[in-house]
Amino acid sequence: MRFAVRIDVTHVPGVLDPQGATVERALPALGYDNVSEVSIAKTIRLVLEAESRASATAQIDEMCRRLLANPVIERYTVELGEVVAP
Amino acid sequence: MSTRVGVVVFPGTNCELDVVWAVEQLGASAELLWHGDATVRGVDAVVVPGGFAHGDYLRTGAIARFSPVMGAVADYAAAGGPVVGICNGFQVLTESGLLPGALQKNRGLTFLCQTVELRVETTRSVLTGRAEKGAVLRVPINHFEGNYVCDPDTLRQLQDEDRVVLRYVDNPNGSLDDIAGIVNETGNVVGLMPHPERASDLLLGSADGIVLLQSLLG
Repeated sequence: MRFAVRIDVTHVPGVLDPQGATVERALPALGYDNVSEVSIAKTIRLVLEAESRASATAQIDEMCRRLLANPVIERYTVELGEVVAP
Repeated sequence: MSTRVGVVVFPGTNCELDVVWAVEQLGASAELLWHGDATVRGVDAVVVPGGFAHGDYLRTGAIARFSPVMGAVADYAAAGGPVVGICNGFQVLTESGLLPGALQKNRGLTFLCQTVELRVETTRSVLTGRAEKGAVLRVPINHFEGNYVCDPDTLRQLQDEDRVVLRYVDNPNGSLDDIAGIVNETGNVVGLMPHPERASDLLLGSADGIVLLQSLLG
């Protein structure tokens, strides 16, 4: 099975996100006074071949823990969609 | 026999020759350790220098930690060998799990290239053994991602165990607790953002880094 995978890597809540903080200061300067909790995330997309959805999920989780995210400052969420052959 | 210092080189490392020059000025010999070779060649100390290892893609140090040489560096560190990570080297050591915490983008999102004042907070590390506690050293920084972070438990542990090696006198980058450098539990692995090798001769504007490098050379 082929899976289209989208991984969002976000800042751990509580750890200062310097990019989010900067954008949060910039938006009110443009007149948007109603913005809060800005955070900047990273999206990683890939296609994975796996025998099952469970196996794909397990492999992606391992990739995230080993390389794609740094647990000290980042969290990740995964979306898995099956790719149907054309 | 002079102390042999191994200086790790990844694709994208750019401070290795500065480190070589500085330690040779102090009477040591230096050799470059290519990242693809899984050995530290029996050196007396290892420096992971600054630069942009593997382009800093994904996160600083994230790819470098999987280079073959890092397995050898981890074994060397576990056996008590002195290891110092400078700037990008510090980032590589945190990604490798040899030091706790992480370095993220500077507060204010500016690349910082300036000489800063550092206070020596402990002499119980391979980098500060010959320094004086409380001494203030002028050493350059040159980084975009030098903002040290860790979880509250780790911070408490670093403080309680006297493992904050250097603090910024005037915090330039937002680092937690003004941290510029830390050491592992056993005192033999140090990471710091400032560049002591660039403060190793008065001609460079400061020679305050010499005491740190001399500590490493034993």
